[in-house]
Order: sequence, then C-alpha cells, then structure tokens
Amino acid sequence: MAKRTDVIEREEVVIRFSGDSGDGMQLTGTLFSDSAALFGNDVSTFPDYPAEIRAPQGSVGGVSGFTVHLGHSEINTPGDFSDVLVAMNPAALRANAAWVKEGGTIIYDADNFTEKNIEKAGYKNDPIKEENLESYNIIAAPIGSLVKEALKDFGLDPKTVLRTKNMFALGMVYWLFDRSLDYTEAFFDKKFHNKADVANANKVALRAGYYYAETIEALHPVYKVLPAPIAKGKYRNINGNTATAWGFIAAAEKAGLKLFIGSYPITPATGILEELAARKDLGVISFQAEDEIAGICTAIGASFTGRLAVTSTSGPGLSLKSEAIGLAVMTELPLVVVDVQRGGPSTGLPTKTEQSDLFQALYGRNGECPVVVIAASTPTDCFDYAFEAARIAIEHMTPVILLTDSYLANGTEPWKIPSMKELRNIKPPFADPNEIPFVPYKRDAEKLARSWAVPGVPGLQHRIGGLEKDTEGKVSYLPENHEKMVKIRAEKVARVANDIPDITVLGDQSGDLLLVGWGGKYGFIITPVRELRAEGYNVSFVNFNFINPLPKNVNQVFKRFKKIVVCELNLGQFADYLRMKHQEFTYYQINKVQGVPFTIKDIKDKCIKMLEEK
Amino acid sequence: MEETSVKFTAKDFKSDQEVRWCPGCGDHAVLSSVQRALAELGIPKEKIAFISGIGCSSRFPYYLDTYGFHGIHGRASAIASGVKTANPDLSVWQITGDGDALAIGGNHFIHVVRRNVDLNILLFNNEIYGLTKGQFSPTSGKGLVTKTSPFGTIEEPFSVGELVIGAKGKFFARTIDTNISLSTRIYAEAARHKGASVIEILQNCVIFNDGIHEEVTGKEVRDERTIILNQGQPMIFGKNNDKGLILEGLKLKVVKIGENGITEKDLMVHDATEPNPGIQYMLANMRYPEYPVAFGIIRAVPGFTYDSSVHQQIEDVKQKSKIKCMDDLLMSGSTWKVE
Repeated sequence: MAKRTDVIEREEVVIRFSGDSGDGMQLTGTLFSDSAALFGNDVSTFPDYPAEIRAPQGSVGGVSGFTVHLGHSEINTPGDFSDVLVAMNPAALRANAAWVKEGGTIIYDADNFTEKNIEKAGYKNDPIKEENLESYNIIAAPIGSLVKEALKDFGLDPKTVLRTKNMFALGMVYWLFDRSLDYTEAFFDKKFHNKADVANANKVALRAGYYYAETIEALHPVYKVLPAPIAKGKYRNINGNTATAWGFIAAAEKAGLKLFIGSYPITPATGILEELAARKDLGVISFQAEDEIAGICTAIGASFTGRLAVTSTSGPGLSLKSEAIGLAVMTELPLVVVDVQRGGPSTGLPTKTEQSDLFQALYGRNGECPVVVIAASTPTDCFDYAFEAARIAIEHMTPVILLTDSYLANGTEPWKIPSMKELRNIKPPFADPNEIPFVPYKRDAEKLARSWAVPGVPGLQHRIGGLEKDTEGKVSYLPENHEKMVKIRAEKVARVANDIPDITVLGDQSGDLLLVGWGGKYGFIITPVRELRAEGYNVSFVNFNFINPLPKNVNQVFKRFKKIVVCELNLGQFADYLRMKHQEFTYYQINKVQGVPFTIKDIKDKCIKMLEEK
Repeated sequence: MEETSVKFTAKDFKSDQEVRWCPGCGDHAVLSSVQRALAELGIPKEKIAFISGIGCSSRFPYYLDTYGFHGIHGRASAIASGVKTANPDLSVWQITGDGDALAIGGNHFIHVVRRNVDLNILLFNNEIYGLTKGQFSPTSGKGLVTKTSPFGTIEEPFSVGELVIGAKGKFFARTIDTNISLSTRIYAEAARHKGASVIEILQNCVIFNDGIHEEVTGKEVRDERTIILNQGQPMIFGKNNDKGLILEGLKLKVVKIGENGITEKDLMVHDATEPNPGIQYMLANMRYPEYPVAFGIIRAVPGFTYDSSVHQQIEDVKQKSKIKCMDDLLMSGSTWKVE
C-alpha cells in the first residue's frame, strides 16, 4: 500500500457518512465501524435516519446518516462534532455542516452538486461558501462519473453501477485512515455469493475510491488512530436491541424456562421482536400480535402458563399497554415490558432519542400500581439489564419495565462476549406440587413474592384475574383486604431494593459537583466529566440503572456533594422523582429535548457556570 | 391434547366459589352445560384453562375447578391466544360476550379467528351490556331502546356467524342457553375440533334484555322458528317435521314437504365440513320471519392451527440450526480476539 505522508496520530476520530436515505449510508458506516473494531479500536456508532423510508430525494429531511466514533481509548458516545464528513449530496452537507469540527475534512460527490440539487437543499450560491467552509479540507470528488468509468467494462445496468458510489466513498475514507480493505471485500464475497459480478463491481469501486484518494493527495492530513488498550478476550459488535433480545434468551436459559415474546412492530423497538423471531433455534416462541394490547396480553397469557414472557414497545405502545400492565401487577405474574424510548408525546419524533417516558413507566396506570423500573445505559449493557429485568420479574413475581432508547437500540459497540457460566442462576418460585390446595396469594416472607402455579400441574387449579382477591384467591371487595393487598404489592416492589447493587460514583467520592444521569445518556455525560476532570474541575458522576426502587445508598452518596445536577433528555422527570424520594437535597437540572443527545459542550459549559456560581 | 379415560361427572368441575349471577340468568344453564361437556371429554382438570374478559359471563372461570384467568375488557382472545401458543397441551376455553368480543375486543376477536388458534370460544350473546346495566351492544337489533339509545339504536348490528366466516373462521356453531343437551353436544364437539371454534350462545339477560330471544326460541314457537342442523342430515324443521330448506337459484328457500311435489329427498343435506363457506354463510345469517334461525354446528372445517404451526416451525428450525444454546449464539457470526 502507499507510503503515507503527514500522518497525524489521534486519540479519537469521528466520521459521519451522510446521503439520501437510498444512498446506502447505513451499510457504508457499518462496514467502516466493523473493520475499525477488527483493527482493535474502541468504537461507538449511531445510525440516524429519517422516519420516512424514502423521503423526497435530495431534500434535507431525507438525509440519512451514520456516525462512527473510534478511538485509542475508551469511547462512550457516537461523538458530536465530526472530523470527517462524507456528503453524497448538497442536502447532506446542509444537514451536517454545522457538526463538522473546525478545519475538518469534507468529502462530497461533486457530480451531485448540480444547480438543481443545490437549490433543493436550500442554498442560493456555492454551498461551501455559504457555509463558510472554505478553510476546511474540502475534497470535491466526481464520484458518479468515476464509478461509471471504473465499471464501464462490467456490462452492468447504470442503476447498479451508481449503487456502488457509497463503496467508492468508503474506499476514500479507508485510505484516509490507513485501513485494510480485506474485511469489506470478504463481506462482498459473502453477501453476493450468487452474484459474482456485483461482488466484483463493489470491490472495484472500493479500490477505485482508495486509489483515487491516494492519487489526488488532496486527502491530507491522514488520521491514524491506534488500537485501544482493551481487556483481553473474545469480542463482537452488537447493538442495543440485539443485546436486549439476547439478554432475555440468556435469562430464560438460566431460569430453565421457555421464552415467549408477544409484540407489535414499532420504531425503534422492532429490532427486539425481529431478533427473537429469528431465534427459533433456541426455542423462542414469538407472537406478532394485531396490536400493542394484544402483544402484552398474549405475553401475560404465556406468563400464566409458566413461560418467561416479554413484550417490547416504544412510548406510544407503552401507553396502550397500561391497562394490561395493571393486570400483570394484580395477578402478580412475571413480565418484562421493554420501552425503547423515542421523542414524544404522541407520534412525536419516532426515530429520535429522548428520556421522556420515565413518568409513564413509573406512574402511567390506574390505581396504586407499582412496577420495577430499570434502565440500561449502553448498547452492550442492554444485555445485562434485560437479564436483570427478567431475573427480578421471575424471582419477585412482578412486572418490570426496562427502559432503553433509540440511541442504545441502534447504537453499536464492541462487546466482550460473556460466557453463560459467568451469569447468575435464576430460580423461578414455582409452587410446591404437594401443597394442595394452592393458595394464590400466599407469600415468601422475605421478598413477599407469591408462588407460581402453572396449568398442567395436578391439584394446583386456581383462578386469578384483575379483580381484587384475598389471600386464598377469592374475589374480595372488603375495604380492609383491598388496603392490605395494595400495601403488600407496594412493599413487594420496594423490597427489590434488597436485591440490587448500590450506585457508584465515578470520580471523587465527595466534592463540589455531582452530575446525576440515568439510563442511556451515560456515555454523553461521562465524556464531558472526564474532560472537566482533566481540566482540573471537581466534578463527579453517578448514573442510575435502577429507578424503582432506587438503590439504598442514594442519601449516603448525595450528601457528600455540594451541588447535585440531574442531566436528562426531558424537562426534569428524574429530578422531580428524586425531589419526591429524597427531599433532603436540592437538585439542579440540565435538560435538553431536541431529539438528540447532549453534546460535550452542553454539559461542560453548564457545569463550569454552576461551579463558578458557588 | 390426548383425551384420557379419566371418568368425571359434571360435579367434579364445580369450584368452591359462590355463583353470583342473577337468579334466572342464562349463564347458570351455560355453566351447567359446560360442566357436563367437560365431564364427557374426560380431559384432566389441570390441563384445562378458562380465560375470560370482562362482563357478566366473564365471571365464568371462578366457578370451575380448572385453571382460570379473569382478564380485562376485550382482551380474552389475546390472553387465551398467549396461553394456548405458550402451551398447546392445554385445553383452552375463552369466555366472552357480545360487548367483550365484538366491541372493545373486536380486533382481537377477528385475529384469533383468522389465525385459527385452537381455542373454544364461548360467545354469550344477550344483545345488551348487562354488567354496566343496560346499554346497547354491537349485536343489539336496530331500533332497540336502551339507556344509551333512548330513542332506539340507529346502528346496524353484527351477525356473529357472518363475522366469523368473514374472518376466515373454520368453526361456527349456534346454541341457546336453555337447550342443555344441544349445548353440551356442541361444546364437546368444539373442544374436539382443532382450531378456533366459535360458539354463539343466545343467552338471556333476565334483568336488562329479558326475552330478547323469545320471539324465536320461545317454547311455543321454537319448533317452527328454528332449525337444528345435523351433519349429513336433511335440513328439516317444524313441529311436525314438515318443513325444510332448499336452494333456489342463489338463495335458500323454506318449503313445505308435500306441497308442490316436494319430498324429504329434495331438501338440502347439511355439510359443515365443506370448505367453501357459501351455504354455511347463508345458514348462519338466516333470520326470522323469512327463515328459521339455525342452531347446531354450522361450519367445522379442518385446518392448520396457529399454535401447532408455531411449535412445528420451532422444531424444524432447531433441526437445521447449528446454534443449540446461548453460548453458541454468543460466539456465532463475526467475532475477534483481543490478546
């Protein structure tokens, strides 16, 4: 390969691939991140696509992007400002120009920067001038004509030829980062094993891009990001939705139960249902229901028969499931409801990220209706929290809501593959088949969980349902009984606090400022915290994964800090929750509701201001 | 599930809970017929699950010594689908009403029928909302005066059989609460049928819609105004067994044996197993006074059931896949080693 000049070693780099939603940017980004992970970089990615499958071509609303953040050290977010932007058309430039680091590299397809397209993107003149990008490293490559030339002898139709434009662009980026083409070429051979000409065309386009970049030498500086020093072991890439699905399969195996998913497709949660529907080899029973309500109700039916039952959804679907969650609370059956949060209310921003379903998860039901609420914080720990959600649901006989979000769901990270023997065992509290008659609401003294008697076991016939019952399972409208049962159900959920880990502080264990996050915005807070600490500020961070009940040591931790700042992508739901549960503290807030996560700057600027205010 | 040689009587299926329906309610008779059918079927009690929605009839599971689940309004079809799909070894019965199945639960109802989940669906049709004390339902006749239709309903009612056949249903039967022997026979047949078996039970609400089915099923008139369909038998009815049904052109016609040279041989012979639902559809939709109302098993066509297909597919994929456990899955696909 070529000899490199002007090589710049970098700790980390952010690359954004951007084009029309039909330009294949998701695949391009995925191939780049996979080969970076194989090289040994720590990687975090995020696909960002419009809600419309094919939004009007060339329009800013139809821009689809894929961001890859790779580094020599630990990477926690897909990154906010990019070092390199690939823009396949003027609309892609318009959507992303503001997010390129000053002096960064912009590669664009000059063939697509026609007068008509420029106008469609809302520019009046030369887009580079209009965006004030003249001092940036601009590479205007006529990608369309170059792939036509490179593939002219292939006898392919023009459409197929132009479809390789993304691979040409990818080739250029590989050269820029001094990466091998091997992984990507092997991918073509596998994907197009029946279409050798298409596989070859993609390879030729990829190489043409690589050599073009080398030839024009306009592509400098060249970035070099060394492999990250990560723990030894076997790794794979995984996104949050797949990790969630796998967490449930692992939990079912550990509990010796069959897994049942009853669900209805909804963005951005559908990947969980899709992955579980594909896992028939592991005996997963999947039921794509006629609606959200049927999704959860089939799951409740399955739980009644002794299966590990889950249902997956997003905010609007969780609203529809509310009544049925109440039924699972009343019947005290294990059930996991995953809510992959998106921007709301109503249909809101279906493909964007937000943390605004917290109150709905905690309180969105009729009656006194407590459930356990857990939130995952990274794409890979979706596996761990799905496993935990299932374990708690089974062992405590309660519904559990697991909150993830669209960033975790679609974001990909390298994952050190766990082995099943490292995971803890799960013990379903099945009823003793010799204790006849079965008493449905007789409880375990420690957890207050009832036992699980499933159809098929002789002698344990019983009836449960949504009506209030006494301990024996008989319908009861007695005032004292209702109050007793309401309190027991609340106490049962509260006692889950005995079965979850304490929160741990990252950074100093006491000090001026404690940033508090919950769930999936972990990566977007830890990164600015690290930078602030490196700059000498006294800032610590704690991220909550267990929301209801809260871990037991909250007070002990919070009291050691002068200021507590809750950072979340909503108007302050977790802050309000903490105000209610731990009234002894004052809570400051950093909030954002734009459908995108915090930038490093968002958090840093506000923290510095708060530290100065003291 | 296998039928066993266990011997039961109807009494064995009674639970310890006090039956709380109004005196004179048709549900008492249905409960009694179901207990008889269960005894006849001989399925062990622990392998039976009764799943209901909300409404008077949905209290049913409490009164049977089987596994039971009293759900939420409209969702019995979905809960029962989950139970049966999760464990096809169970005999699963769904108890629902005209409001529960056809209004709030209409969506789930058509889909459970379309999927052909192997359930026995007992749809109690009293053409009124009883538990909420007397509002019109999707099966209330046009013009019915109720608390929410003080000037008479202006809605066209659903016909249950028409809906079931329209939803690709493979089993539809109709009975009346008071006819215990016919009901018992139908419930047992429905349980033996593999697939979603819908039984419309004309049921009397003694408080809010008393006598709604009397015009057709009253003791004095029922022989003339109803027909009981039996597989392979001519479609004959009347107090003196002197009336029958023939097909004239594309329509059913009531004829009198002996008139215009009609003999019993000219009458149509009932075939519930015919996959083409054309005649069954007309039979299910017969209304008095033009026709007698049909009782018995109107349609019973064998077909693949959802629950068994789900498990068959799982077995097929298991056979072919190299992934046998979670560790296999974790290590599958593209992985790399960090030394």
